[in-house]
Amino acid sequence: MEKDKNKKRNLILTLVLIALIGIYLGALQADTTAHSYAITIIERSSIYAVAAVSMNLIIGFTGQFSLGTAGFMCIGAYVTGILTIPIKMRDQIYYLYGMSPIIHDIKLPMIVALFISAIICALIAALVGWPILRLKSDYLAIGTLGFSEIVRAVFGWEGFGTITNASYGVSNIPPFANIFECVIICAVCIIIMNLLINSSYGRAFMAIRDDDVAAEAMGINLFRTKQLSFVVSSAFAGVAGWLLAIFMRSAVTSTFTVALTYNILLMVVLGGIGSVSGSIIGAFLVTGSQEWLRFLDKEYMFSDIFKNLSGTAFGAMKVPLLRNGFRMVIFSILLMIVVLFWNHGITGSKEVSWNRTINFFKRLKGSKKKTEVAA
Amino acid sequence: MKKLVAFTVAGAMAVSLAACGSSSSGGAASTTAAAGGSGSAASGDTIKLGVFEPKTGENGGGGAQEELGIEYANSVRPTVTVDGKTYTIELDWQDNQSDKTVAVTAAQKLISDGCVGVIGGYGSGVCIAAGSYFSDAKIPAIGTSCTNANVTLGNDYYFRTCYLDPFQGKVMANWAHDNGYTEVATIDNVGNEYTSGLVKTFTDAFTALGGTVVDAETFQTNESDFKAILTNIKNKGVKAVFAPTDYLYAPLLLNQAADLGLDLQWIAGDTWYSNVIIQDAGDNANGVVADTFYSEGGTPDFDKGFKEWINADESRKKTNLDSDAIVGNHAVCYDAYMVMCDAIEAANSLDGTKIRDAIAAMDASDGFACGPYKFDENGDAIKNTSYVCQITDGEWKYQSTETVEG
Amino acid sequence: MSLSYFVQQLLNGLSLGGAYALIAIGYTMVYGILRMINFAHGDEFMMAGYFMIYSIAVMPWFLSIPVVILLTILMSVLIERAAYKPLRSAPRMSVMISAIGVSYLLENLANYLFTAMPQSYPQIQILKKVYSFGDVSVSRVTLLAPILTILLAWGLITIVNHTKLGMAMRACSKDQDTARIMGIRVDNIITTTFIIGGALAAIGSILYFTDRNTVQPYSGSLPGLKCFVAAVIGGIGSIPGAVVGGFVVGICQIIITAAGYSVFSDAFTFVLLIIILICKPTGLFGEKAVEKV
Repeated sequence: MEKDKNKKRNLILTLVLIALIGIYLGALQADTTAHSYAITIIERSSIYAVAAVSMNLIIGFTGQFSLGTAGFMCIGAYVTGILTIPIKMRDQIYYLYGMSPIIHDIKLPMIVALFISAIICALIAALVGWPILRLKSDYLAIGTLGFSEIVRAVFGWEGFGTITNASYGVSNIPPFANIFECVIICAVCIIIMNLLINSSYGRAFMAIRDDDVAAEAMGINLFRTKQLSFVVSSAFAGVAGWLLAIFMRSAVTSTFTVALTYNILLMVVLGGIGSVSGSIIGAFLVTGSQEWLRFLDKEYMFSDIFKNLSGTAFGAMKVPLLRNGFRMVIFSILLMIVVLFWNHGITGSKEVSWNRTINFFKRLKGSKKKTEVAA
Repeated sequence: MKKLVAFTVAGAMAVSLAACGSSSSGGAASTTAAAGGSGSAASGDTIKLGVFEPKTGENGGGGAQEELGIEYANSVRPTVTVDGKTYTIELDWQDNQSDKTVAVTAAQKLISDGCVGVIGGYGSGVCIAAGSYFSDAKIPAIGTSCTNANVTLGNDYYFRTCYLDPFQGKVMANWAHDNGYTEVATIDNVGNEYTSGLVKTFTDAFTALGGTVVDAETFQTNESDFKAILTNIKNKGVKAVFAPTDYLYAPLLLNQAADLGLDLQWIAGDTWYSNVIIQDAGDNANGVVADTFYSEGGTPDFDKGFKEWINADESRKKTNLDSDAIVGNHAVCYDAYMVMCDAIEAANSLDGTKIRDAIAAMDASDGFACGPYKFDENGDAIKNTSYVCQITDGEWKYQSTETVEG
Repeated sequence: MSLSYFVQQLLNGLSLGGAYALIAIGYTMVYGILRMINFAHGDEFMMAGYFMIYSIAVMPWFLSIPVVILLTILMSVLIERAAYKPLRSAPRMSVMISAIGVSYLLENLANYLFTAMPQSYPQIQILKKVYSFGDVSVSRVTLLAPILTILLAWGLITIVNHTKLGMAMRACSKDQDTARIMGIRVDNIITTTFIIGGALAAIGSILYFTDRNTVQPYSGSLPGLKCFVAAVIGGIGSIPGAVVGGFVVGICQIIITAAGYSVFSDAFTFVLLIIILICKPTGLFGEKAVEKV
């Protein structure tokens, strides 16, 4: 009975929340000029959330330390760009190489490009995964990182200039019609990945993560299961690339560096390795706070704070207290603290649910009461 | 299970809502604080002009120079009058970090801050990336030193006060030809619109003049080891090399060429016209030739005012590499600001479309550093003069004025 | 292709390879003992570059070189104590993430402290003297790099093979628990490894940056990864292997760039890595016992 009551309550809460989000997004959409900054952050966070969940799928759930996310995003983004830029813009964009006549007149709808991106990424992942997934831990990490650099080089090579426009990238990709399009697609992707994780395949992934020998003994085909996880993760990384390309309206190799992979890893680790909700929270938190902490990058002088000193020698020295880059230092210190002292991240390996949230608040209240009694 | 999925998504969204709600207000607060806290952004007496420049990243130094030009212009003309009402101009600085991804966010920030116009920036790539956002929001933008044709092509709201790569390429090809070089090598930075565009137009123009490009070398962005390609150039035995790279590669190329015993005439584009090169390459920089938008002495009033302003504050001088020398970027930025103000007053409105029309219709000659200004149908300032300068004894010296018609 | 062209390119490759080899030794030694990729090693090398810029501003070059080496060693040991030691018993993935975190921190710290603008590296005249042999010009540092590398590697091999300290190091890399039973202070040995790694990174950075003139916050990250690849190619844990690997990677990079495929100069290193790992996972000189695949 108790459980049923909770179920009903939870369902209502969920519906209310979705409605609230819908209203909020609708309010943003109503005046895009005034809210374009907020829209940008929400879209960017949602896109990174897809990338982070896809990375978590292979790292957190399957236990394979693969750092190839940026490479697959690069593939997805370029494929999208090449297939969807308006035909009349093409000669102008490919002014250095001229676009190959074979693909010059092919323009596909966005959603078709999404599936093509995902399929191409999946195929490449299957092909690359065959040798690379035989490597373990650090070697897998450096091998996949290397793969991602190879992808960047291939797309940046002048030899393929007529197709990829080399490292000048493709621009003028049509934008999202509205914020809902972006957010809903991201949500659908994450839901699909979550369904997979909670299926029998997902349990096989986790079995490999926890003990590969035992998993093999239970009859799990080790290699094929790793391969499946890698392919699915890469396909969704490709979709994240598709989203990012549309969001930025361009695809350029310089976006997809090792730094992007590290940034997504930061979201996964902060959120909690092995937790889908953690990765989503991580993505929104990292992207959002990188924006609100911008004030840390403004140059403050000691003399700004101690106005009285401005006439003295100390004030005239103009020692900068904060300046550009301080924000990222804070972030890296935060990451180190999480890694060293709080290695479960925000959510640990558990998922966020209404029951846990409500219990958390109840406990919080309880402890408060206790302190009151003690006082 | 389904419940879990829904909660997961919903939970994260909730966080984001809170995050974004606070972020928009937080952002606005910080900008007003930056401007000295003079009331809210929406108040009637101030308008915002966006400044879209790289403060950091590979072009951070160039962006810093341009900011000086804009700041000076702002100190000269801090207000505009629209409909009989005087508005104080507040500059809204956004750092595009020389990065095309960040450029998009920076552009969005400028749009949501409600800027009436945008000035900037340094580097064509970031301007191309941000351009469509400005035109979608119907905010006119005036480019300063983004010389690639694609910045303004097909974008009704992007203008610029500098000249274009095809023109610049021709100027340098003419110079090379006139100075007796028939065989040259080129160095191209793959992925950099500015460099690649110039190398292409230079090669076309130079070949048309009867010269040959015997060696076309390329390198990747962020490369620091040029010995292999310089050895190739040495092996080809050319006397001159055209390397219109971003200025930060200049000292690397010059010093490493000296190590290899390479004695070349270096020809570059407007980016090399900077004191950074003399500072970092020392004696190896002597002889380098570059063109620029403006040569000191062109408009004495501007020179005098600017130098006084620079010398008035130690930190400005420091940003300008401890000198009061004027480079082309200062001048085009000053002009971009003035063009924008003139257009706002001419349109007598703060409406983006009307200001755009006023810029397009502009034909003015007074109050600029390197005017007059009239824009063609693409939004490019019609200019046919460039100044070629050379480093002699550790200083940039004016060499010749090059004019190319058409 | 003339002979002088060939010799010139070979010298370019050898000087780059020498610097790579010194950094690769640091990777290989740490991996040999801790079984982790010290992702931060490349960034220590970058920081050493900045130390040089700032120390030469206040003291003559012959003093600043030892100062830079000392500072880099200090940083290297500090990183080990703060970021790796607390995770000694943690899963390997945590250690790796911690290493990536340190690398991220150092890059951002450099970006904050020294700005993202590339800064010019001091030109020490004594290292920059240019020699000309016919058509071939070469600076002293270019000649010095491979020679110094081989000398240092030789010295290190002697230490590892013929001293008590070296024996303790080898014992730790074989089996830490047993080494501890035998009375070896494992933590001290690990610190020693980081001291050696830091010193070599500092020397490598002087050779590398003197030839390349500028330092920027990200100039350590890709060279770092490439040096790790060099260590893997040579066989992780093997010092001569790291030296050979370093030269192979350096020379390959020059050949590819000279052939006009500069875009693949980084990617090729990783192709090499994947091929080596699949065909000969122990590398050229590696021990067989190491489990990698």
